[in-house]
Amino acid sequence: MSAMSQTNGAANGRSFVIDDLKKGTFLLDREALVSQDVLRHEMKNVFAKCWIYVGHASELKKPGDFHTRRVAGRPVIFARDAKGEVRCFLNTCRHRGALICTERNGNRRRFNCVYHGWIYNNTGELARVPGDEAYTEAFDTSGLGMKTPARFEAYKDFWFMNLDPEAQNLHDYLGEAKGYIDLIVDQSPSGQMQVISGTQEYDVNANWKLMVENSVDDYHLPSTHSTWLNYMANSGVKVEPPKDATLVLPTKGLAIDLGNGHFTTDNINFRGRPVAAWIPIYGEDAKPEMAAIREELVQRLGPERAKRVCDTNRNLVIFPNLVINDGSSVTIRTFYPDGVDKMQVTAWALGTAEESEPARARRLDAFLTFYGPGGFATPDDVEALELVQQGLANWEDDRWSEMSRGMGRENEQLNSDEHHLRTFWRHWNKMMTETNGAAGEGK
Amino acid sequence: MSAHAQTLANVTATRAEVEDFFYLEAALLDEWKLAEWEKLLADDATYFVPPNDVLDGDFRDTLYIISDDRERIRQRVIRINDPNCHAEYPKSRTCRLITNVRITGVEGDIVHASANFVCYRYRRYQREFSFVGTYQYKLRKTGASFLIKERRVLLHAHELGRLGSVSFIL
Repeated sequence: MSAMSQTNGAANGRSFVIDDLKKGTFLLDREALVSQDVLRHEMKNVFAKCWIYVGHASELKKPGDFHTRRVAGRPVIFARDAKGEVRCFLNTCRHRGALICTERNGNRRRFNCVYHGWIYNNTGELARVPGDEAYTEAFDTSGLGMKTPARFEAYKDFWFMNLDPEAQNLHDYLGEAKGYIDLIVDQSPSGQMQVISGTQEYDVNANWKLMVENSVDDYHLPSTHSTWLNYMANSGVKVEPPKDATLVLPTKGLAIDLGNGHFTTDNINFRGRPVAAWIPIYGEDAKPEMAAIREELVQRLGPERAKRVCDTNRNLVIFPNLVINDGSSVTIRTFYPDGVDKMQVTAWALGTAEESEPARARRLDAFLTFYGPGGFATPDDVEALELVQQGLANWEDDRWSEMSRGMGRENEQLNSDEHHLRTFWRHWNKMMTETNGAAGEGK
Repeated sequence: MSAHAQTLANVTATRAEVEDFFYLEAALLDEWKLAEWEKLLADDATYFVPPNDVLDGDFRDTLYIISDDRERIRQRVIRINDPNCHAEYPKSRTCRLITNVRITGVEGDIVHASANFVCYRYRRYQREFSFVGTYQYKLRKTGASFLIKERRVLLHAHELGRLGSVSFIL
């Protein structure tokens, strides 16, 4: 391979991509998907440098509410403290390191470590140490509160942590991606979105980066999801082959680089949307309410913006591992490596805080037509990613993944091209090959 | 108990009848005879797999894993039978063991019954997965047998991730 001059990154390390803009080819070194060494570097250069999604403020309704979860491999307590502030603590006792809280969620004023009985307030301070007379004066409980991630910031109720104290602030990190979060939040008349109860979890025996690709890759839809397309057709949703020969999908969609490694698809809807594009799956009864939901959007946002909210589907990736899909329904999906060839996926449904009971039910029903471990599409995505990982056992003898689709296209990049996937890989490659990898990539 | 149910005399059912029905259903599912399995369903049948963090949540306000009405079940079977259902091609091999069968109540012509199960599932190139849980059924008594009005599958694992996709009829 001779075209290394066009390669991104590689200041202090070997590049994993051959990005030949002149020839219009992009190749990915498959070692990126199979190597333990790469995974170790990712934990340091990517997961410990980037803003990582922790949770949504709506999951913590009252002071004292908490969820424990693993974020980028770190056990944390995501909590609303006694003062009503949203907090994030490392779920590790300052004494000898035990997990402090073992409950999945609940409401607590204090968190008790079961090992030696150290007790922490939900504001983080160490409140009680049994037998504290045995310590010298040098023992200072004020410095022994639960540790927090270096940074913890929110945008519109989406809370993220960053393990790097020097990181740019979340607002700047999200950059243009904020506009796509706004499009989702605009569904709600009050601007309040809500994570709906019920969590979907599914492990995938594949490298985590394959889920990033899959979440925005619209090229795979007709082949991977033909049974879902049949289901739509059987349910009276017209899914016609594209009239334009350059398209893979029934309607036109774009792939958009949002900077800092973030990107999105932006597609004209053809599949129905709970807010608010009716299809027969929702039933005749739903028509008046869905018309009213759309009318409210038009009144509040104007006809153009309302159309943007109601009639486009967007699969958004916040680098590195947060996906917000606004398609058949809105889903928040995050995933972490658990070894090079395994990831743990967690997914939630997001709805408007004020939606009626039938609208909420419709949203959840629409979610299950496509997403999740029992959905009509996600299981086939999981299968495809696992087939990739199984095929990669040959990586040393078949080293490069071909990801050049659409490179010759000027101006617009289509959702069925691989421009957005390349956006991810270029940014990832840059972070992995720079020693101070936190710097954002310009567009 | 609904007013309607109160006006009906409660049917009688024995545990042996319910067990026979459960064993028949398990055999049809394990043998992938899904057309015959669908004949066990009432016209208003539903099929639920709730999320295991909110097992008692209402499907209208809780994100389930599966929440099918009769039509969605029909579409699910069409999908699973299609060789392009990649998650089930080649098909999983499953083996269900059903035990602790109990009749938990009778309301008119509806028999409430539950059972514990282990569903061993084998996928190609993969280790076996064990789905362990409880079936909760509402069965409509029809002569000597039953039709399924509701089948609810509660999974007992703390974390479901390890079990992967539920791409077959659990």
